[in-house]
Amino acid sequence: MIHLEKINRIFQVGDQQVRALNDVDLTIRSGEYLSIMGPSGSGKSTLLNILGLLDQPSSGTYQLDGRETTQIDDEQLARLRGRKIGFVFQFFHLIGRLSAAENIELPLILAEEAPAVRKPKVQEILHKVGLEDRAEHRPDQLSGGQRQRVAIARATITRPDVLLADEPTGNLDSVSGAEVIQLMETMNDSGLTVLVVTHDPIIGDRARRKIKMIDGAIVADTQERGDEDT
Amino acid sequence: MRTADMARLAGSAVTAHRLRSALTTLGIAIGIFAVVLLTSIGEGIHRFVMSEFTQFGTNIIGINPGKATTMGASIGIFGSVRPLSIDDAEALRRLPYVESVVTMVQGNAEIEFGRLQRRTTVYGVSPDFPQVFQFDVASGSFLPPDDPRNPRAVAVLGSKLANELFPKESPVGARIRVGGDRYRVVGVMEPKGTMLGFDLDDTIFVPASRGLDLFGREGLMEIDILYAENAPVDELVSGIKRLLIARHGGEDVTITTQQQMMDVLGSVLGVLTFAVGALGGISLLVGGVGIFSIMTISVSERTSEVGLLRALGASKGQILTLFLGEAILLAAAGGFAGLVVGWGGAWMINQLIPSMPVHTPLYFVFLAEFAAILIGLLAGVAPARRAAAMIPVEALRTE
Repeated sequence: MIHLEKINRIFQVGDQQVRALNDVDLTIRSGEYLSIMGPSGSGKSTLLNILGLLDQPSSGTYQLDGRETTQIDDEQLARLRGRKIGFVFQFFHLIGRLSAAENIELPLILAEEAPAVRKPKVQEILHKVGLEDRAEHRPDQLSGGQRQRVAIARATITRPDVLLADEPTGNLDSVSGAEVIQLMETMNDSGLTVLVVTHDPIIGDRARRKIKMIDGAIVADTQERGDEDT
Repeated sequence: MRTADMARLAGSAVTAHRLRSALTTLGIAIGIFAVVLLTSIGEGIHRFVMSEFTQFGTNIIGINPGKATTMGASIGIFGSVRPLSIDDAEALRRLPYVESVVTMVQGNAEIEFGRLQRRTTVYGVSPDFPQVFQFDVASGSFLPPDDPRNPRAVAVLGSKLANELFPKESPVGARIRVGGDRYRVVGVMEPKGTMLGFDLDDTIFVPASRGLDLFGREGLMEIDILYAENAPVDELVSGIKRLLIARHGGEDVTITTQQQMMDVLGSVLGVLTFAVGALGGISLLVGGVGIFSIMTISVSERTSEVGLLRALGASKGQILTLFLGEAILLAAAGGFAGLVVGWGGAWMINQLIPSMPVHTPLYFVFLAEFAAILIGLLAGVAPARRAAAMIPVEALRTE
């Protein structure tokens, strides 16, 4: 589903060129559950941004669902992000003045879906993340774990192909963190591709496929029992 | 994005900062208030002055002695002006489309009745005067249609003068003195009020040629022609011009149609209204600057929100629309508040000081609201463009 080939990402910092990604090749199949781990500055966030079409590589090719994404314009990228990719961030990124339900509804609003179509979808996903009784609460009235569950609901309401989570438990206590991970795993069980970027080895080790990055390169890519090699 | 969703999202951003939005809105509200109130007063004055002038009717042509042009050369022999005579007026009366001709000479004189005396304005006019100037006789009759060159010594009193000189009895038939000469009162006019401060009721009307004698004048001050409703005005004016050139041997009069006067007056007053409106517009501009600065702040505060929306699939256009919508919402709300207060203020002035002419035409209201929205749009463009141009990854990283 996702196929990266010889991806390089070079940032210009002052006079110096910093190579954040160095000839990265990566293929991700539909329904996989993988983690990316590595120290700060290893390029894992940059890789996530490129996978999420938020950033474009300096060179290399990225095929999403068989479609080359490095040549298309900003408008099309935005539309692809809205349709195919769900994001979960460390700091939740909920809009404080909107209720939980309204936050979840946002991607559908941006996709110009009719209100009559949106409402049942929001109800369904609220049920799925167990926040039906919190629908009208604003983010500041929710606990950290609840906020991240709202964020996961928002990321998955468009039924994306892949959920990209950047340190999803980085701002949570271990109990809420485990809940959030479980929720994502449940979604993975029903077919959603899940990619988690994390520092936390406990979280990272739960994934069936583990990728380790150092200095902008993938140094290890291990599959768990039953899954074939890449 | 659907319009309703857009309005709701922009609205939530506006209401999230109540005080800040209210203050920004106030800037525009004051601007619109000023524009509406000032133009209401301007337009009120416009209408007031126009109605003052049209109370005499509109199909009148005025002829005054002297050519109202400024010439570079010395007037010398060409500048000799022949007086407008009563014979001129009689000749004009025979032109086609002319319905009535009023000769006019004006001055002041002492009016005496018994031991009562009053100095007042004397109009020497022809018997057509009431018809042309829509000025009715209350009792008795107006000046009789005598030979205009040798009329009888009769006078008609304005209502105020009549009340002053004849507090008890009816003045019709009484003998009075005008500037020492004996006159017989034949009628009293209806009250007409004032025009631009002149009391039209503290007057006395005598035949024109007697007026000329009274003031020792050679010529009339003005001849006014009432023409038929459907008359071709240009043709009529050139006919008058030809006739007077033939009689005077040169063009030495100024012919003004009521319509010309109205047009000039109307355009002058229109400029006045526009000018006071523009003064109010300055405060509107200040309000626009307020929106610009608050939108600039709002965009930088919500950088990470922009990043999020972009990650969720928002296009640059959607971001632009969202922030523009917010700016327009602020401006439109301010405009509406200003309109209500401005209109209310104009109405209050009308109620409290009825003599003060205030009028708010409906199209000003729409124009003002449109101006507010336009200002919101202009003030919002730069901040909204900045938001749309943000790089998603960097915007997301901002906390």
